[in-house]
Amino acid sequence: MDRAMVINGICMVAALAAATMITRFLPFVIFPQGKKMPGFMEHLGKTLPYAAMGLLVVYCLKDVNVSGNFHGLPEFLAVAAIAVVHWWKENTLLSIGAGTVLYMVLVQIVFV
Amino acid sequence: MMENRKKAAFRYAFPRTVPVMVGYLFLGTAYGILMKVNGYGCFWALAMSLLVYAGSLQYVGVTLLASMAHPLYGFLMGLMINARHLFYGISMLGRYRSLKRFRTYLIFSLTDETFSVVCSEKIPDALDREWVYLWISLLNQAYWVAGSVAGSLAGGLITFNTKGLDFALTALFVVIFTDQWKHQKDHRPALTGVAASVLCVLIFGSGNFIIPAMVLILAVLSLQYRRKREKEAERVG
Repeated sequence: MDRAMVINGICMVAALAAATMITRFLPFVIFPQGKKMPGFMEHLGKTLPYAAMGLLVVYCLKDVNVSGNFHGLPEFLAVAAIAVVHWWKENTLLSIGAGTVLYMVLVQIVFV
Repeated sequence: MMENRKKAAFRYAFPRTVPVMVGYLFLGTAYGILMKVNGYGCFWALAMSLLVYAGSLQYVGVTLLASMAHPLYGFLMGLMINARHLFYGISMLGRYRSLKRFRTYLIFSLTDETFSVVCSEKIPDALDREWVYLWISLLNQAYWVAGSVAGSLAGGLITFNTKGLDFALTALFVVIFTDQWKHQKDHRPALTGVAASVLCVLIFGSGNFIIPAMVLILAVLSLQYRRKREKEAERVG
């Protein structure tokens, strides 16, 4: 690990910590006891979590190679399996564990 | 007397954190291994889990570190990925705002999982509320830190093929997305998020789509808000 890597790493840890703290403390800073929230903020508070999760799913799959040999089939199969298992059992650990193991099997053994 | 109150609060808090313990040990260990195989050892995993303490962002952080991304980009990604914490904060305002002790740590440690435990708790009056919140929050972070350190130590000894292990992150988001979809009647926000992001990946490419996608999402959500207000105004008028 060279110097540039260490310095960049320390700055990155600080940046990620600062961003996280802003999102966790901001509501308590802007809305002290008794203060009413503006309508648009309330609307964002209700809708943004759903939109953000959609964005994150796309973010994770953004580099899937649709035109490659397997046309993103391992990712598609694993995501579909996770959604079905979770819809059915609603057990977060089971869904994540089964989905990850399935994906590892698919990319290591099936689609090689 | 004080000792008893702490112990009673612990006895109440611990069983409620067990599901989180299993999840954090698994995801934390996977995180530590990922950090290690990308060249960032125990110290880095420990610093991240102590100071950042945000599962999904830490996973993305592995890629950010490994690619030597600009910290400002990491900062913006952090705001975007953790924007949902604003919602948790807003939900806990009533319960956390008035606390005298541990308030700062309780807000600092309000992760998805900790939120899911504390938001549903109706703590009996006989117990010290602040200690119950503290134990839940502290135990959860302890599981996460223990998992990530164990993973980074084991990462050097890993003999199995870890290819695809980082899919745990995608799996986590797909799970939360599915959960939200199932328990929410209005699917427009979720669809907006997916559609705007896919559109921006197609237009701007996978490396530059995040910021335009955020702007587009905010624009669509504010349009929906204005339409909602106009409808309400019509109904009143």
